Amino acid sequence: MPRQPIHPTNKIESLSILDVEGRVDPQLDPRLEPDFLRRIFRGMLLARRLDERLLRLQRQGRIGTFGPGMGQEAASLGPAVALQPSDWFVPSFREGAAMLWRGWPIEKIILWWGGHEYGASTPPGQNDLPICVPVSSQCLHAAGIAWGCKYKNDPSVVVCFLGDGGTSEGDFHEALNFAAVHVLPVVYVVQNNHWAISLPREMQSKSATIAQKCVAYGMDGIQADGNDILAMYVAAREAYDKARAGGGPTLIEAVTYRLAMHTTADDPKKYRSEEEVACWRPREPLIRFEKYMRACGLLDDDGMARLEAEIAEEIRQAVERAESYEPDPMDSFRHTFSEMPESLAAQAREFAEFMAELKAEVREVSETRREMAES
Amino acid sequence: MAKLTMVQSLNLALREALTEDPDVIIFGQDVGKDEGVFRVTEGLYRDFGPTRVVDMPVAESCIAGVAVGLAIRGLRPVAEMQFSGFGYHAFHQIENHLSRFRTRTRGRFTCPAVVRMPYAAGIRAIEHHSESRETIWAHLPGLKMVIPSGPRNARALLRSAIFDPDPVIFYEPKSVYRAFKEEVPDEPEQMPLGRSEVVKEGSDLTIISYGAMMRPTLEAAETLNDEHDISAEIVDLLTISPLDSETICASVRKTGRAVIVHEAPRTLGPGAEVAARIAEEALEYLEAPIRRVTGYDVIMPFFATERYFIPDVRRIVKAAKQVVDY
Repeated sequence: MPRQPIHPTNKIESLSILDVEGRVDPQLDPRLEPDFLRRIFRGMLLARRLDERLLRLQRQGRIGTFGPGMGQEAASLGPAVALQPSDWFVPSFREGAAMLWRGWPIEKIILWWGGHEYGASTPPGQNDLPICVPVSSQCLHAAGIAWGCKYKNDPSVVVCFLGDGGTSEGDFHEALNFAAVHVLPVVYVVQNNHWAISLPREMQSKSATIAQKCVAYGMDGIQADGNDILAMYVAAREAYDKARAGGGPTLIEAVTYRLAMHTTADDPKKYRSEEEVACWRPREPLIRFEKYMRACGLLDDDGMARLEAEIAEEIRQAVERAESYEPDPMDSFRHTFSEMPESLAAQAREFAEFMAELKAEVREVSETRREMAES
Repeated sequence: MAKLTMVQSLNLALREALTEDPDVIIFGQDVGKDEGVFRVTEGLYRDFGPTRVVDMPVAESCIAGVAVGLAIRGLRPVAEMQFSGFGYHAFHQIENHLSRFRTRTRGRFTCPAVVRMPYAAGIRAIEHHSESRETIWAHLPGLKMVIPSGPRNARALLRSAIFDPDPVIFYEPKSVYRAFKEEVPDEPEQMPLGRSEVVKEGSDLTIISYGAMMRPTLEAAETLNDEHDISAEIVDLLTISPLDSETICASVRKTGRAVIVHEAPRTLGPGAEVAARIAEEALEYLEAPIRRVTGYDVIMPFFATERYFIPDVRRIVKAAKQVVDY
């Protein structure tokens, strides 16, 4: 046999529609309806403002550790807006913009970061999995859901999000391999934000692009400008159309940048340069989209001010609702199994007794304090 | 002598090992430039460089699997799982290989590796960051499972673990990381693995605990003494596997009563094994049933309600009184 080069057969492209100045490529413009564009812009702005609010809540000790999605709103929102409501959405943990679009109440997102299981309880009727912390483990769930859809002749597709760090996990490989072999209706969106906590993208993988990993699995891939909402929308819509038509999975690499910290528990100054962040700042998605909206005549100063005020009020009310939420610790026992086994019921009784003693003690202390104050 | 937190004393043990033995290599996610998410590896990347202190991709199975290979090749790998909750990704490598190489090759290849993992609740961390699953590792033959409780024993035990000829899972109670300081001697110290310690002598009952639960246990002993005139002897297990029956049973033979405290769920938790050892080796000395103060058999709740699920002084005192008043 002679020695010959092998050419991979899968398609792999890059895509950019809005440039950094918000100018659209007319050849590639998906020409979305003005109202739809307004809704998408509102969604992106809401996500940004909520992130800012959550960061402040974290600093004030009103929620726990928080991982902001600042700078990555287009990467998660584009694929979300291209979904049908009945499709499946499988997030990692930096897809706040997409979750809001899918209908998660703001207070649930606040409650998740505030340490309440209620924030992981998907609203009824939504085909969304909750935030997933163990990196890339959700990739296999997405493959399983897609397999189930195919099995049941359900025309739904599944979108699954992960980060560049997640591509190093075995679960990522196993999921993409399986999805391709079984031609499953699933789309993997890798938010390549260039940093996995302190590990830079180039130390995560030697691949020149993440998109090209698709070739090894036998699926198509696309590297989209992840800070370009239109490119992310188009890349996802095309992938969903193909998946729905039985064409199997697609890998989308969204090239973006994490403008803030990994979570509030780390300090990016320790591991990356200010210059690098400054270089990415003008390329961020919100400013770019705003420029585009203004250029299209869909947004002006008054409109922007109205939107900001509406969003501020919406978030304020949601914070209020979140902070008035009272968890019942007994829920941890109730939701362990469909029916509580007797051995666990015994522990639940022990726990209830402990909680009652605790409450009595708190009452006693506050009464003593009141008596002391009165005398 | 310097007063150190557990984070600092662990850092000291790592620094000493890196200095003394060129075959010691430290690796894990964000252990280099970022100096570890809890700063346990602070200054090590700076002082020992990127060949000895290595940032790893987000791949726990990779971290455990290459530790096996490095150990076989004659190094002393000290791997870090960023949180024990992500160590399950590495379970397969640890169970199927790290724990078995000595046995299956009849000693031709061994794995003197340490896998460090922060565990326990109480720091308001998000989901999957607060569990106590020591039983999972302690149940695997061929692995040693060590859990320090304070800065001084943490430094000594980590040193012993690094230079031990066998693989060690080293659970670090992250709620203790910065909770208090302790005098730590200037000279390197070692403590034998597989040995527990009587940390407080007493006569009325024995309270057996370890790791993050040692502080509420010691506090409960004070309350018992001051408010109830009960003298509790306290045993710090230090090593969960292999378990030191001798120290546990000697204490129970003396006091005739036992309470076991751990944060891990009750069913098949380390307390079950401790109780079984007492039943096997000291049953006739018992004057009351053994009691366990433990986490419940539920998924560790998100942090807003986690405090109700962590054993506290009140529960320990109550159990001790029940055992003494029996």
